Amino acid sequence: MNTELLGIIATYLLTLVIAIPLGKYLAKVFAGEKVWTDFLKPIESGIYKLSGINPKEEMNWKQHMKALLTINLVWLVYGFFVLMYQDKLPMNPDGNPGMTPDLSFNTIISFVVNCNLQHYSGETGVTYLTQHFVLMFLQFVSCATGIAAAVVLFKAFRDKTSTKLGNFWEFFVKSITRLLLPLSLVMAIILAFNGSPTSYEGKDQFISVQGDTVNVSRGPAAAFIAIKHLGTNGGGWFGANSTHPLENPNYITNMVELIAQVIIPIAMVIAFGIFIRRKRLGWMIFGVMTIGMFLLLIPTVSSELGGSPSIAKMGISQATGAMEGKEVRFGPAISAYWSTVTTIISTGSVNSMHDSTMPLTGAWQLLGMMINSFYGGCGVGVLNYFIYLIIAVFISGLMVGRTPEFLGHKVEAREVKIAALITLLSPFLILAGTAIASYVFTNHGDAAWAVQPKSWLNNPGFHGFSEMLYEVTSSNANNGSGFEGLGDNNVFWNVATGFVLFLGRFLPIIGPIAIAGLLGAKKYIPESAGTLKTDTLTFSLMTFAVIVVLNALSYFPALALGPLAEYFTMLK
Amino acid sequence: MVLLCVIYPLIVAFAGGFSKGKGGGEKITRNGKVVGYAAIGQSFTKPEYFWGRPSAVGYNAAGSAGSNKGPSNPDYLKEVSNRIDTLLKYNPSIKRADIPADMVTASGSGLDPNISEQGAIIQIKRVAAYRKIDEKTVAELVVKNTQGPLLGLFGPSSVNVLKLNLALDELKR
Repeated sequence: MNTELLGIIATYLLTLVIAIPLGKYLAKVFAGEKVWTDFLKPIESGIYKLSGINPKEEMNWKQHMKALLTINLVWLVYGFFVLMYQDKLPMNPDGNPGMTPDLSFNTIISFVVNCNLQHYSGETGVTYLTQHFVLMFLQFVSCATGIAAAVVLFKAFRDKTSTKLGNFWEFFVKSITRLLLPLSLVMAIILAFNGSPTSYEGKDQFISVQGDTVNVSRGPAAAFIAIKHLGTNGGGWFGANSTHPLENPNYITNMVELIAQVIIPIAMVIAFGIFIRRKRLGWMIFGVMTIGMFLLLIPTVSSELGGSPSIAKMGISQATGAMEGKEVRFGPAISAYWSTVTTIISTGSVNSMHDSTMPLTGAWQLLGMMINSFYGGCGVGVLNYFIYLIIAVFISGLMVGRTPEFLGHKVEAREVKIAALITLLSPFLILAGTAIASYVFTNHGDAAWAVQPKSWLNNPGFHGFSEMLYEVTSSNANNGSGFEGLGDNNVFWNVATGFVLFLGRFLPIIGPIAIAGLLGAKKYIPESAGTLKTDTLTFSLMTFAVIVVLNALSYFPALALGPLAEYFTMLK
Repeated sequence: MVLLCVIYPLIVAFAGGFSKGKGGGEKITRNGKVVGYAAIGQSFTKPEYFWGRPSAVGYNAAGSAGSNKGPSNPDYLKEVSNRIDTLLKYNPSIKRADIPADMVTASGSGLDPNISEQGAIIQIKRVAAYRKIDEKTVAELVVKNTQGPLLGLFGPSSVNVLKLNLALDELKR
């Protein structure tokens, strides 16, 4: 067993060691039980008072969604204007310019929806003020939005029949004060002591050993990097994200960042089981997700460790694996692990450049984002998985000829329709988006945009198609990583992905919450011998099969045109 | 908002003030002058220095990026092939199979401060010849500047090019 693989195993085990107790803790926090962080209560009541909220007010699912959408709209408008006029605002030591309207539109949506697509580059595109007051702020609140939405769903299944689903603001505030802020603080300090900058000084200049003058971008990055990972946001302080030596200085920080992005998604699944008093179901969901993750992880690691066949032909030794776009201090193995983790949960930060990974790795990355619920993003991972659950309940109900039920509530036409629509939405957005982009690329190559469509692609052939497919998929999954060779800072991509981001975020939140709200309000039917149990191995297998079949049917043709075609041509 | 955007980063900035680089990144100085950041790679092209990895941004640390070249891109493969030829020309004693992949491929950030141990080993002969010093001394320096896996267990080993080159310059005096 070599040290690089040991690194992967250690990282995953440490993740579980932290995530499982965290899940138990979260279940208690949101149930209002006593926990050791209750000393933070005065801060929370201060926030409620300032904003005139009564945290005791119970909401139904519609009121929850209204609160969620309203506050998101406020952030959207606020951030849009601040980003556009950032050059005229203070805290801009590097003198960076304001954003164009379309870039600002894209950036703000992308941060509000927890995606962090980043068509700008961190060193030159934003100021310290916007990094903090717009981007980092949104990294906290967009993640808290996702968690709060998931807790609404939890609430719907906790009691037998209930329309009272708690208070959105309470869940939202608690996600920040009890979870995100304390964890970020710890992590930021670890990063700072390993070499991530924290001070507000601007660019530095030095003369190198060979006499070149070099400018170094810096800034208070550590705080930003912490929440970027914990909140499954993924937007980097620097353009090169976590490949940058100041953003991810060594193997320790690499492990910390890897662990940080997975703990909340796993913890939410565990918390779900405990919160609704069906631990077994929680573990079953966790099991399916974990198996799914390993099925994507193992081929990814093996494809990267194998190295590039074209470079092998030149007679070069690839003892450790493919190195293009990777950093020596991490090596290919943990970089492959990162690329799986960052695509199955919706982080989208990178510690190696995905555009340069092997073709099959690209296919696994895309598939991870298409499924988007093997752990999934903060809160929304559980929501996405819930949709698959409902479909699985419906299909198995049909197979055995019973009225489908989920946790003692009848699943009827209305709920299944919503679930089906949400399932269809992703393939529609991804495939239609890619199709339009390909059409523009081939037929309107000379359009007078900031980047002309004919020069969008950094790579020819099948790989170029993958670049476009990846961009749209990443937007729909609210992931935010990219095949960054794509020239994406122009009107077309900014606006198109802006819309995909928006729909790909809010509909998959509203859908599950609506289903949960409707189900929760129905009469509870006690379990009998005829009930289809959802916490059994058989049903878990069924859910897994549903996930595989749905995604294979939706995406196989697109994957075949992109990464798979590239793979087979390289074999020659 | 005040809590998240002002208090939180200020606490972090305060704590960061106690770290090695005082929150500004760890700097390396020689004769009182800053010659680089430990974490940020810089360009070494002269034959008497160990070279770093190819960089998509020419080691300009005001930006950062990888090449984003796909594995099947013919232009890219040609570029790699040229890099191999350059290495072979300057290090005539080595064979193709000795060259590790990291020496002919660009890093993700374009600022990778490290090369693999093998990447340093293939350059020992050249550096020693240009500096007219014993190969053994140089080889010892490489070993001294190789950082092993974390706790000896996790991850790859690497060589910090800047530190190694500074140690080389130190020898002369």
